[in-house]
Amino acid sequence: MKQLMLGNEAVARGLYEAGVKFVSSYPGTPSTEITEEVAKYQEIYAEWAPNEKVAFEAAMGAAVGGGRAFCGMKHVGLNVAADPLFVAGYTGISAGFVIGVADDPGMHSSQNEQDSRHYAEAAKLPMVEPANAAECVAYVKEAYRLSEMFDTPVILRMTTRASHSRSVVELGEREETEIKAYEKLPQKYIMMPANAKKRHFVVEEHLAALRDFAETSDLNTVEDNGGEVGIITAGNAYNYAKEVFGKNASYLKLGMVFPLPEKKIAEFAAKYETVIVVEELDPFIENFCKSHGIHVIGKDVLPLCGEYSDELLAKLLLGEDPDCTMLGDEIPNRPPVLCPGCPHRGVFYTLSKLKLRVSGDIGCYTLGAVAPLNAIDSVFCMGASISSLHGTVKVRGEEDKYVSVIGDSTFMHSGMTGLANVVYNGGNTTTLILDNSITGMTGHQDNPLTGRTLKGTTAPNLSLEAICTALGVAPEHIRAVDPNNLPELEKILKEETAAPCASVIICRRPCALLKGVKRGKPVMINEDKCVGCRACMKIGCPCISIVDKKAKIDASMCAGCGLCPQMCRVGAICEQE
Amino acid sequence: MIKNIMIVGVGGQGSLLASKILGKAAMDAGYDVKVSEVHGMSQRGGSVVTYVRYGDEPVYSPMIGTGKADVILSFEILEAARWLPCLAIGGVVVTSLQQINPMPVITGAAEYPAELVEKMRALAVDVRAYDVQSIAREAGNEKASNVALMGIAEDALGFDEAVLRGAIEACVPAKALDVNLKAFDMARELAKK
Repeated sequence: MKQLMLGNEAVARGLYEAGVKFVSSYPGTPSTEITEEVAKYQEIYAEWAPNEKVAFEAAMGAAVGGGRAFCGMKHVGLNVAADPLFVAGYTGISAGFVIGVADDPGMHSSQNEQDSRHYAEAAKLPMVEPANAAECVAYVKEAYRLSEMFDTPVILRMTTRASHSRSVVELGEREETEIKAYEKLPQKYIMMPANAKKRHFVVEEHLAALRDFAETSDLNTVEDNGGEVGIITAGNAYNYAKEVFGKNASYLKLGMVFPLPEKKIAEFAAKYETVIVVEELDPFIENFCKSHGIHVIGKDVLPLCGEYSDELLAKLLLGEDPDCTMLGDEIPNRPPVLCPGCPHRGVFYTLSKLKLRVSGDIGCYTLGAVAPLNAIDSVFCMGASISSLHGTVKVRGEEDKYVSVIGDSTFMHSGMTGLANVVYNGGNTTTLILDNSITGMTGHQDNPLTGRTLKGTTAPNLSLEAICTALGVAPEHIRAVDPNNLPELEKILKEETAAPCASVIICRRPCALLKGVKRGKPVMINEDKCVGCRACMKIGCPCISIVDKKAKIDASMCAGCGLCPQMCRVGAICEQE
Repeated sequence: MIKNIMIVGVGGQGSLLASKILGKAAMDAGYDVKVSEVHGMSQRGGSVVTYVRYGDEPVYSPMIGTGKADVILSFEILEAARWLPCLAIGGVVVTSLQQINPMPVITGAAEYPAELVEKMRALAVDVRAYDVQSIAREAGNEKASNVALMGIAEDALGFDEAVLRGAIEACVPAKALDVNLKAFDMARELAKK
């Protein structure tokens, strides 16, 4: 049967067909749907872990324990999981273990543009990279075969376009796998120096064998169309090259991006006058070629930064400049915004009003940084809001001026240790935990605070208050507030930023897009009362605009959150009749 | 022959469902197909563009560049104008008349350009602009606007009606199907007039 599948959905299908038993992941765009889709297969146990390191270790434990296992994450998630990643090559596995990592060229939804292929080389693990949904299925299955053949974890590299493009997949059957018999192998699985020293040699032996394998593997294919131009490429970049050059070039498509096949590349390159390496982000293949004396064109013509497209290749390699129609008008940008009814809006409005400096974090609430709220001073990476603020305040003092803001899921991911550090080292910063009862930005995934698992079963509902108490915050300085109650929020913020100790304010209100969350009645402007003062515009709600010097509310978008009536000093905002 | 369709709009307007329907229709009609979607941060009220490419030869790139789109299906006028440079010469813009102010307009940092449909037509662009929200509302739910727009665009999209209808039936959740099909039929009637 044929099906039009998202790349991530096809990875999940591959996991199903490969007889995978165990999946543990942390959500992150563009990787999230792999795990959401895999959870739909009854035959596979699947879970959300609190962070990527935990997910990786859980999956590694499953693979060492004898069942085929997978963990999925975005590129920055692999940074979090890097510690076990580097040791997993040493121990190897019992049953197959594949790590799915999705890079985000163009930073559609990320804080940086890193190239995960470097991890494969650094951790000495084989890496495969599919170019379409059908290859996602096939490469996942091949990755498990390789993993067990070479006793090593295998990394599956995805990119945003590969993850979020749909193409046609022919569905196959699941090949059921058995849980392998348990064997106690301390020299393989206890990575203390005496054992690890021996295992390093094993890693190098495996790598040498993998290099030989890459020379003949069907993952690396040559399409010889004659001509003078040869293109070496991998993953989705192949699609762009093929779109632009068609049969006017020959291709070496590398399905295995680490280790690379030196002989195969050299033989291919020798046949063509001009050899171009087409790869997004870093010159990974290009540098390999150059280090082996193979002359190629690459980043001297094509960009290091940003996402590629066929248009970009046609322009830079062939000088194409297509005709098009353009309006003379300036088209205003449309940046993403906090949704109507978003429980974060009142928080950032109040922080902005009190002129507090805000150490922000990763999630929907990063959007508190944009106009007109402009409420955030810094955002680095998951969990850094609390830990980095601690350092800032230690050098500057001025603790009353700063707060850190972190979401519930991000707090569970890597905020807890930062808070422990604040308490332990006598910091007195205020942490706002925005508890919207879900992992929001990635599209509503459950986490240890939501009381539900990925499989939809009920889970123990961890308490933020209890966690913060256990981390050493004084219970009287752990305050919960409905962030849409602006006067109460402001009062608590003033009190806790003035407190001479670490404090936590839990802003608790579910995401407005969450199923089952009741919308309030839409509100409207009483034009007779509206004086056009624009006070309601300060909250940056996409429903409110000024038309003919009076505020106007788009009733079809309004979620009835009750925030804007609190802004109006003349009582011009009321419920729709 | 490869047909290039762009679906543009504002995050939350239902472009994912629309691209799913068109992709399914293309596959059911026996074509090779690629669809490229937007997930993540841009979905939060940002400008969102989805690409659907299908044809009787293999489709490689999941994206559509400048001057390459045969059809731009737009849920919001400003977005149609934003992506107009992607339209092929002789291509068709099918757009909802809905206007959603972007934040720079709301904050007063920019103005929403006036008379965009007229200006596009003045450049000899085939613009088919309809109040699909009203059609959907009349059919029973404003959320069916995206499917109503497909009814307007039917002849430009290049599918048999039965194939498109089948894809809608396969992709729209059962409880919303009747309203969506009604909106689709009403829009088709209107477009024929």
